[in-house]
Amino acid sequence: MTSIADIEATELDQIKPKGFWRGVWSRFRKRRLAFSGLIIITFIYMLGILAPVIQTHDYRETDLRNTQQGPSAEHWLGTDRAGRDLYTRVVWGIQTTVIITVTSFITGSLLLGVSIGLVAGYFRGWIDAVIMRVGEVISVFPDILLIILLAATLRPRIVEFARNIEDSTGISGLVSSGIVDYFVIGVALLPLSWFGMMRLVRGQVLVMREAEYVEAARAMGTSTPRILFRHILPNVVSPVIVSVSFGIGAIALSEVVLSFFGLGVQPPRPSLGVMIGDVTARGGASVSVLRDHPEQLLSPIIVVWLLIFCWNIVGDALNDVLNPRAR
Amino acid sequence: MLAYIVRRLLWTPVLLALAAFFVFMMGTWAPGDPAELRLGNRATPERIERERERLGLDDPFPVRYVLYVADALRGDFGESYHYQGKPVLEIIAPKLWVSLQLNLAALIVAVAVGLPLGFYAAKKQGTGKDPAIVITMLILYAMPVFFTAPFLILFFAVNLHWVPAAGWGGFFSSQIVLPALTIGIPGAAVFVRHMRASTLEVIGQEYVRTARAKGMSNFVVNYRHVARNALLPILTIMGFTLAGMFGGSLIVELIYGIPGAGRLSLDAIFQRDFPVLTAFVLLGAAMLVLANLLIDIAYTIVDPRIRLQ
Repeated sequence: MTSIADIEATELDQIKPKGFWRGVWSRFRKRRLAFSGLIIITFIYMLGILAPVIQTHDYRETDLRNTQQGPSAEHWLGTDRAGRDLYTRVVWGIQTTVIITVTSFITGSLLLGVSIGLVAGYFRGWIDAVIMRVGEVISVFPDILLIILLAATLRPRIVEFARNIEDSTGISGLVSSGIVDYFVIGVALLPLSWFGMMRLVRGQVLVMREAEYVEAARAMGTSTPRILFRHILPNVVSPVIVSVSFGIGAIALSEVVLSFFGLGVQPPRPSLGVMIGDVTARGGASVSVLRDHPEQLLSPIIVVWLLIFCWNIVGDALNDVLNPRAR
Repeated sequence: MLAYIVRRLLWTPVLLALAAFFVFMMGTWAPGDPAELRLGNRATPERIERERERLGLDDPFPVRYVLYVADALRGDFGESYHYQGKPVLEIIAPKLWVSLQLNLAALIVAVAVGLPLGFYAAKKQGTGKDPAIVITMLILYAMPVFFTAPFLILFFAVNLHWVPAAGWGGFFSSQIVLPALTIGIPGAAVFVRHMRASTLEVIGQEYVRTARAKGMSNFVVNYRHVARNALLPILTIMGFTLAGMFGGSLIVELIYGIPGAGRLSLDAIFQRDFPVLTAFVLLGAAMLVLANLLIDIAYTIVDPRIRLQ
């Protein structure tokens, strides 16, 4: 005869202790909508990464006898005014989005935002005050306007600088490769990406630094960097992930807007924003294009739409899954 | 409370001065010589030199900045580089007024759609309607204006002839409908989100249960106990939302051909008309800062539980 205690013991044995992240993952997977959002994001990002392999034409190749064509076997999504293959250009445009989102998320949000947030929250005092005031000044500006202003002002300087490097070192193609464009966009997006993240991390750290385990670590003589990176940082990872997944959609959209105005990625390199700006003549011809050649406007737009939507639902789900208290 | 407001009011000019410093610095750092820009490329070096002197461009940067701020305080934001001889304020004021009306109309759309829908979604939590509303609003939120604007024009103006397709005729003309919808719909999505969350929070409160137990009518409980209290936190996001919409109206003004501040600031960026840009950023920032301050103060009045420090 087995007692209740025995049953409980065997059942408890069978439950394997799950790690935090495994639990998060299994809860996330149960959310069908968000999970399919993640799959769509992965798919779109794969398209961008594999652009050189899956392209059907060259993105610069113009076919002036087949301009403004609808979708066909030859051109899957049709062609634009210069007879360039829309599918190929969309795929390369996605690659631009991939590069921009990944680099500005790493530089702006992760490196700058998290580290400054850690410093401000942990040391407090005048460092914190200065950082917060700087952030306040920056957040006074409307986002998009500030980004456009930065891009317009910095671009000539940065291009000039890159040309100088090319001349003095003999490395060629720095400007034409588009690296400079990415750099300009990355810098212009910095104010957008760092402050929100920094404020978030700072808030968490302000709470964490008073926690007993941190006090214990301090009492044991643990060095400050170790306290910051081993004891505090792991505890702010969850909100950081949520904020990143909301932020990436905004970053992707900002690049599209910049390139739409001709301040971001420069032709011939495609970007979704460049495509939208091209076909609509910077907005003026939007209506006639949508009526006469919807595929030209919709191909880049649907990708942008899907990306922003999916990052948002993923962010929502992550927020629920990672913050059990908020559920 | 009073000390808080005073401190905020004292900090605001400093904040604006710092913001102005930043834009001013960008202006001097931007390529192109303002004197050359003003005179065109046929000017002789001597004339450019004289113009530089007249504009005070040869003065050291801090001097120019201080002079600028001193003038700005008297309402003189300098002269536009592009529209020669016109005071900046004269150029900006009418455009800012247009954008303000447009964004106000958009805010009305956002609030009128967003708040009731968010409240309704929260009341219907647990049924299929709640997620349906949430997802629909997310889809609308993610919809790029590059699509919304031409789509609305094509559908309501070109096909149905309900409203004019583009242009500007003031706050009470039918031309404002489509651009206000274009900006207001994503704004409504933000309000739905917050209103839903805040209603859900209030619905679970004990005073709501008490009110029901007292036998108060559904209507009274819903509107006096739940909706009113759920609205409080929404006040604080009003400022942010307005700021976000202001940024978004940039492209909308472009597509609808509205002579607003968005259009003006874009032109100023491309024409390197930094006096206009600096003034625009300053005025916009000032409005934003003041709006947020007013909202914070209003918040303490409507919700006595909040004490500002």
